[in-house]
Amino acid sequence: MKGAEMKIKQLSVFLENKPGRLSVPCQTLAKAGINILTLSLADTEQFGILRLIVRDWQRARQVLEDAGCVVNVTEVLASEVEDKPGGLARILETIEQAGVNLEYMYAFTFRSEAKAVLVFRFEDPDAAINLLKSKGFNLVDSVELYNRVEK
Amino acid sequence: MKQDSHSEFNPASAPDYVPVPRLRELQLRRLKAIVQRAYERVELFRNRMDERGVGPGDIESLDDVAKLPFMQKTDLRDTYPFGLFASPMNEIVRLHASSGTTGKPIVVAYTQEDVAVWTSVMLRTFAACGLHQGDIIQNAYGYGLFTGGLGAHYGAEALGATVIPISGGNTERQIMVMKDFGVTAICCTPSYFVHLIERAAEMGVDMRELPVRAGIFGAEPWTEAMRKHIEPAAGVKAYDIYGLSEIIGPGVGTECEAQSGLHIFEDHFLVEIVDPETGEPMPDGEEGEVVFTTLSKLAMPIIRYRTHDITSIIPRQCECGRTIRRIERIGRRSDDMFIIRGVNVFPSQIESALLAVEGTLPHYQIVLSRKRGLDQMEVQVEVTSEIFSDKVRALEDTRAELSHAIETTLGLRVNVSLVEPHTIKRSEGKARRVIDNRNQGE
Repeated sequence: MKGAEMKIKQLSVFLENKPGRLSVPCQTLAKAGINILTLSLADTEQFGILRLIVRDWQRARQVLEDAGCVVNVTEVLASEVEDKPGGLARILETIEQAGVNLEYMYAFTFRSEAKAVLVFRFEDPDAAINLLKSKGFNLVDSVELYNRVEK
Repeated sequence: MKQDSHSEFNPASAPDYVPVPRLRELQLRRLKAIVQRAYERVELFRNRMDERGVGPGDIESLDDVAKLPFMQKTDLRDTYPFGLFASPMNEIVRLHASSGTTGKPIVVAYTQEDVAVWTSVMLRTFAACGLHQGDIIQNAYGYGLFTGGLGAHYGAEALGATVIPISGGNTERQIMVMKDFGVTAICCTPSYFVHLIERAAEMGVDMRELPVRAGIFGAEPWTEAMRKHIEPAAGVKAYDIYGLSEIIGPGVGTECEAQSGLHIFEDHFLVEIVDPETGEPMPDGEEGEVVFTTLSKLAMPIIRYRTHDITSIIPRQCECGRTIRRIERIGRRSDDMFIIRGVNVFPSQIESALLAVEGTLPHYQIVLSRKRGLDQMEVQVEVTSEIFSDKVRALEDTRAELSHAIETTLGLRVNVSLVEPHTIKRSEGKARRVIDNRNQGE
């Protein structure tokens, strides 16, 4: 599989940290019939960043921008880990030992065959792809990802 | 109000009461002399006069001042540092400058005679506010390049009062001194005084029980509403004073005990009101831009300086009997400039800072508020996808960069808030860059 397909498009949306701001992007996507595969919300005292993985990211971006949101697109990786104690620790150890910079991570809600799937945002996704594959981790590309969600 | 043991007429105030015809004669004599001096010694002024074919000999009446060219703040910046001086440096005994930390500050200069004039107008200011020898005056205006501290100091000392040159800051010490030294009058910005009242209360000090009976407030505009708050809260009479460094510093005008308009020391400053658009003189009583000409300053004569302050001359004589006329207290300006914590700020300075960091100018708005007596400035910047990042750290860094750039330009701490797009109102005409919420509910 080509490296490019391994990279998953994540949308991030800027939110002021005020009541009701989170519902704007969520309702916008709901109205457009776009399903959120997973999300993560990072917050500071003043603002929040909503990170979303959706199926049709281009349409989602358009719809959010039309609603007045500021949206960026970032490439992230989805990797399988064993869904048992130590699963996460093992992959983190690999990353740490190689000195690869991890910006943030979160998880998908689904699992399959005792495997959980985590989302990783690396500073250098290409280096991370090579590293993880060489260490035997299974990266899930976007096509495979959407299939798993359907199940 | 606290009682004052003795309040007599101070002979130094005599020029405030000169009969109007004699005052006008004096003004004309001085105007002719200063125009002559400026023409001979100040290149910028001479060039402008020559361009319009006017010479010092064309000033035959006070109305002829309208023949003279205007000056403005950019002239002082453009001639930085000493291009407007009319005296050689060895006759100049004092230099002051504006508080800008980057870009060229405004430099002003004084000869020995100029310092004496400055001292006398400040003495007359304090006398007009009912102060006298025996008063203990706490001078919390900043000492240094800023004209406020030393200007007030020299005047208060000449008055014969006991002067405490405490300068600004260190609020707890200000309150301790006010209480322990038996202070009877304080000089500071009105917003700082509001802060002092609050802090004092927190420290268990009720200003109404202290001997302090007068506040001499200037360096920023303040409202009647604010006066009505300050006076009962502190048990003081709150006086407005007016000045600009370019003209002399504090001491251009002052309220008197009637607290009803600012008496301009007309024997030293010729005051005009002009139409801000056309520059045409306006009749007394009508609102326009106030323009000053210094009649006595030797080191740096200033001819028809456009202040951008909007006010009007009060045509009736004041009940105090002074013949020097009053202008209404300054409520607004003809440009965007605002004053926060005694510092002049133009929105364009914020713009330059934002532009320098971002490369493009985002939509922004400046919101001024007052928290526990202290002015706060918030700069709201709309997030665009260029500024935005998926990483919290990157966004925080951008915010810090913007904050730092603005603080470096202004010398003031500001709060930068990132806001969602389209939250800042767009306008068709001139953008309203500044929302000033400071004088609400006071």
